[in-house]
Amino acid sequence: MSVPHEALDFERPGFFRQLQLRDWAYFALMAAVAVISLTFYGENMDRYDIGGLILAVGTSAWMGWFWRPWQAFSIIVGVLALFGIWLYGDNLAANETNFWLNYIGSGQAGVMWMSVFLYLSTVAYLMGLFSSSDFPSRVGAAFAWVGAGAGAMALLVRWREIYLTDPTWGYIPVANLYEVFILFAALTTLMYLYYEQRTGSRNMGAFVMLVIAASVTFLLWYMFDREAHVVEPLVPALNSWWMKIHVPTNFVGYGGFAIAAMLGVAFLIRNRLDRTRPDAAITRRIPSTDTLDSVMYKAIAIGFAFFTIATVLGAMWAAEAWGGYWSWDPKETWALIVWLNYAAWLHMRFTKGWRGPTMAWWAIVGLFITTFAFLGVNMFLSGLHSYGEL
Amino acid sequence: MSNNDQAATAGPAPASRQKAARKPRRSRILVDFMGSMSLAITLLVALAIASVIGTVLVQNEPYTEYLIDFGPFWHEIFAGMGLYQVYSATWFLLVVAFLVISTSFCVYRQSPGLLKDLRRYNLQVKEKSLRSFHSSATGDLDQPQDAFVQHAHQVLKAQGFRAREKTSEGQTVIAAMRGRWNRMGYLLTHVGIVVICVGALADGTTLLKLNEWLGNLEIETRSVPISEVPRSAWVPEWNPSFRGSVEIPEGASANVVFLPMREGYYVQELPFRIELEEFRIERFSTGAEQSYESDLVIHDPNRDEPLRHTISVNHPLIYNGYAIYQASFADGGTRLDIDAIPLGAEALQELEVPGRVFQEIEVPTPAGDTRTIEFTNFQSENVVPLLNEEGVRENRQMGPSFDFRLMDRTGHGLYYRNYQRPALQEGAMYFLSGVRESPADEFHYLFLPADADDSLERFRTYLAMLHNTEVRNEIARQVARDDDSVPNEQSQAIARTTAELMGLFAEGGYMAVHEEIERRVPADRIDEVRDLMIRILHAGLQGLYMEVLQDEGVVSIQEEEQRFLEDTISAINAISLYQSPFFFHLKDFEHREASGLQIARAPGQSTVYAGSTMLIIGIFLLFYVSYQRLWIMARRRDDGEGTHVVMAGTSNRHQVEFEERFAHLKRWIIDQKPVGSDPQREDQNKNA
Ligand code: HEM
Repeated sequence: MSVPHEALDFERPGFFRQLQLRDWAYFALMAAVAVISLTFYGENMDRYDIGGLILAVGTSAWMGWFWRPWQAFSIIVGVLALFGIWLYGDNLAANETNFWLNYIGSGQAGVMWMSVFLYLSTVAYLMGLFSSSDFPSRVGAAFAWVGAGAGAMALLVRWREIYLTDPTWGYIPVANLYEVFILFAALTTLMYLYYEQRTGSRNMGAFVMLVIAASVTFLLWYMFDREAHVVEPLVPALNSWWMKIHVPTNFVGYGGFAIAAMLGVAFLIRNRLDRTRPDAAITRRIPSTDTLDSVMYKAIAIGFAFFTIATVLGAMWAAEAWGGYWSWDPKETWALIVWLNYAAWLHMRFTKGWRGPTMAWWAIVGLFITTFAFLGVNMFLSGLHSYGEL
Repeated sequence: MSNNDQAATAGPAPASRQKAARKPRRSRILVDFMGSMSLAITLLVALAIASVIGTVLVQNEPYTEYLIDFGPFWHEIFAGMGLYQVYSATWFLLVVAFLVISTSFCVYRQSPGLLKDLRRYNLQVKEKSLRSFHSSATGDLDQPQDAFVQHAHQVLKAQGFRAREKTSEGQTVIAAMRGRWNRMGYLLTHVGIVVICVGALADGTTLLKLNEWLGNLEIETRSVPISEVPRSAWVPEWNPSFRGSVEIPEGASANVVFLPMREGYYVQELPFRIELEEFRIERFSTGAEQSYESDLVIHDPNRDEPLRHTISVNHPLIYNGYAIYQASFADGGTRLDIDAIPLGAEALQELEVPGRVFQEIEVPTPAGDTRTIEFTNFQSENVVPLLNEEGVRENRQMGPSFDFRLMDRTGHGLYYRNYQRPALQEGAMYFLSGVRESPADEFHYLFLPADADDSLERFRTYLAMLHNTEVRNEIARQVARDDDSVPNEQSQAIARTTAELMGLFAEGGYMAVHEEIERRVPADRIDEVRDLMIRILHAGLQGLYMEVLQDEGVVSIQEEEQRFLEDTISAINAISLYQSPFFFHLKDFEHREASGLQIARAPGQSTVYAGSTMLIIGIFLLFYVSYQRLWIMARRRDDGEGTHVVMAGTSNRHQVEFEERFAHLKRWIIDQKPVGSDPQREDQNKNA
C-alpha cells in the first residue's frame, strides 16, 4: 500500500518556510529597534558602535528564529529595562525616591531579584527531583526564566547607570567580576533552559541550577562584603570595542562548561543508581545516561566553539592593547589550558568513542580548571589582566 | 572514531584506513605513530602542564629574586630546566613542534581518504554487511521495485542527501550521503592549528636564540647607559620579529628598543628614530587615568619628511610593519625647585635644593652631617576619593606631589611623599608629608599647619624660637611671673622648669618629657607630677605662641589661632618620629613626562589570524554539520511480487540523534507512513 506523497511529511520546508508570522513580526521589531536607534542616536555613534548595534540586533533576531521563547523573553526584558532607564531620566538619585527603581527596576534591585528567583528555582527543581509530580520542576523553570530576565534587565539598566554616575566613565557592564557574574548567572540559566526545552527533561535543572546558585552566592558575598557594585571608571586598556564581544563570547563558553560539568554529576549519580537501585523512582526521575551524555556533549561543543572564538578575539584585542597577540600572561595561558583540556576531551569522544563515567568525571574536572582560569588566576596569580582582582 | 570503526568492519569505511590495515609498511608505522591520538593527547597534556608551571612560577623575574626564593640548589636546577622562561625553553618548543608534526601527520594520513570520502559513494556493498550495521532495517513491500526506488530518491533528496544509484542483476543499490562539509571541518580545524603554530613560531624568539647559540649574540645583564652596552648585545635591523619596550622623555628620541631576555636584555636597533614631542594624560574625576597619548614624530632616512602621529592606549601606529603601542608612562626627569627647611633652630634659613626626578643630591644638615636625597617620582595631580560630611563620595584635588628617599651616610633611610600645596583637613590647612619604611608600607603623615597666607612662615618662626634657648628662658620667666597663683619665690624655680621642659619638648616631643619625668620621679608619684609638668609645659608653649602672634601684630586670639597652636604642638611632637632633619618643600617644578612605548614586529600575525579563522570555521563545521551515509538495497521479492528492501546508515557523530533520524527515514522510505508532526523532535533533528 503506497501512500500519496503529499501525506508523507518528509518534505523539509526550507528554513524560511518554517517561519511563522510571529517570527517575521519579531524580525520586524528588531529591525525597527535598529532603525530607531540609528535615527535618533546615529550621530553619536562611530562605525564600531553601529557595527555593534547591528550585530546585537541581528543576533537577537536570529536567536528569536532559532529558539522562539527568546522572542518573548527579549521583548519583556527590553521593555522593563527601557522603563527603568526612562524613569531614571538624567538623575541617578531617582532610584532612592522612585518606587519601581528602588525595589524592582534598578541595576541593584534587579540583581537582588535575580538572586532570589534563581535560588527559588534551584529549590523547586530539587523538590521536583524527589517528587512524583512534574509541578515543582515546572515552577523551577518558571523561576529560572524570571531570574534570568531580572539579571538581563539589571545589566541593561546598569549600563545606563554607569553613564549617569559620570558621563565620561561610560562602559558596557561586563568589565569587572561583579558584572560578569551577573552575566554568567543569567546566560547559563538561559542556556540551560534551552537544553531543557529541546530535550524535554526538566530534571536536569536540579543539577545545573546548583552551580548557578553557587555563583549567585559568590556574587552576593562579593557585593555585600566588597561593595563590588560601586561603579568605578575603567582602566584605559579596557576601554576598547573588543571587550564588548570578547567577554560575552567567553561566557557562553564558561556557561557551556558549567552545564556540562553538572550534567556529569547527574550522569554519575544516574549511572550508579542504574546499578544499585534500577527500579527506584528516583533513578527514573534523573534523565537517562544517554540523554545526559548527549546534552553534556552539546554543552561542551557549544562552549568549546565559543571559547575558541573568545580566545581568538582576546588575542586580537591583546595585539592592540598590549602590543602582541600572545604574551603568555597567566590569564591567557589558563585560557589555553582550558582549551587544551576540552580539545582532549572532544578527541577522546570523537576518535576513541569514549562515553560514560570517565567522560563525566573529566567534564567535572574541566569545570575546576575553568573556574581556576576564571577566578583563581585573578586571586592567586598576577599578570597583565590585573583588573578584576578579588 | 567508534562509529566509523564499526562501519569499517562492516565494509564501507574510509578507504585509507582499510589500506593501512592491509599493508603495514615501516613508513606507515611512523606515520601512524606520529599521527596517533595517544601521542596527540600526551602532547596536549604536556603542553597544559608546562603552561601551568609557567603561570605558577612567575616568569622573567631578575635571577637574584629566584635565588632568594628557591635557594642556590633549586635555583640551579630550575634555571637549567628553563623554568623561568618556560614558554621559550627548548623543550617547550619541542613539545609544540611535535604537536604540529603530529597534527600534520594526522591531516596527511586522513586527507586522501577524506577527499575520496567526499566523492565515493561506495555502491559495492553487500547485503550481509548492511544488516550488521548498528542502524539497519529491512522490509518487504508490495510496491514494485521501480516505484520504490523512485520514492526512495524523493525522500532522500528532500532530506538533503546526495545519492548515487546502481542496478545490476536486478538489484538496485542507492548510496547516499549528506553533511560532507563536516569532513572539510576536520581538515580546516587541524590545518588551522598548524598554520597558527607556524605563524607563532615566526614571531617567536627562535632566531635570537639560534644566534645566541651560534655565539653571535650575548645578553646584557647590567643596567648601564646605552653607550656602554657592548655590541654583542645589539640586535641589528634584520631581526624580523621582536617585542620590546622603550621609555622616551618628552623632547627626547630613541632609535632602539630593549628586548627583555632571561636575566637581561638585548638592544634592538630600529631603522628609524622616534621622537616624543608631547605626552598627555586624560583623567577621570576620580584622578584615575582615562587615557594617555603621545605625539610622536618618526624620523626615517627613507622619508622626505618626518611622520607625525598621535598614539594612545588601544590605538597603535603601524609603521612599515613595526607596531608602536602606547603601553605606559613615567616621569621623564621633572625639574624640581625645592627648599629644604630645617626642622630645628635654623627653621627660618632654608636651603635651596635644585633637583630632577631620578637624581641624587647631597644636602648638608645644620648639625654638620650630610644626607643624600634621591628623587624617585613626581606626580602633577593627586586626587583622593573621600567621603564628605553627608557620606557622599567626593574627589579631592591634592595638587602636585613628589616622592623621594632620604639616606644617611650608611645608605639607610626612609621613603617620603610631600605635597606642594597645603590641603584642607577637618577645616584647617596643612602641608602634608608621608613617610614610610619601605615602598610596600602605608604612609604615615606629618601635618604641618599652614598659616592664613597658606604658608609655613608662622610654624617656622615658632619652631625656630622654641629651639632658641634664650627665647625659651625669656618666655619661661614671663609666664612664671604672670601667674598670680604662684608665690614670687617659687616663680624662678618654675621658670627654670618651664624652660627645661620646653627644651626637652623641642628636641624629642612628649616622649622626651615623659622619659625625663620617669627618670627623676619615684614611681608612686609619677601620675601626679606628670599632669603638673604637662600643664607647665603647655603654659610655656602658649606663652611662646603669644610672643609669635605679637610679633605678627595679631592682638586677639580666636578659635583658629588656638587650633593653630595645638596643631603646631602636635607637629613638633611628631618631628622626632619623622626622622628627617628637613621638611622639603616644593616651590616650583617643570613637568617632564616620559612615554612608555612597546614596539613590536610580528610578521606572523596575519598567518596566525588566518589559521584562527580556519580553526573557528572548522570547529563549527565539525560540530554542527553531521556527516551521514545511507545505503538502500532493493530487489524483487522472492515471491516475484513486490520489493525486498535493506537499508542501513551511519553517522560520524551524534549517535542518539542519528538513530532517531534513521527511524524517521525508515518510516518514510520503508513503512511509507508519516512520522507525525512532533515539532520538538523535528527541531532536534534540525539542530543535530
Ligand atoms: C590542539 C591541537 C590539535 C591537535 C594536536 C590535534 C591532533 C589530532 C590527531 C593527532 C588526530 C588523529 C588523526 C588520525 O586519527 O589520523 C585528531 C583527530 C581529530 N581531531 Fe584533532 N587536534 C587538534 C585540535 C582539534 C580541534 C580544535 C578539533 C575540533 C574540535 C579537533 C577535532 C578532531 C577530530 C574530529 C578528529 C577525528 C578525525 C577523524 O578521525 O575523523 N582537533 N586530532
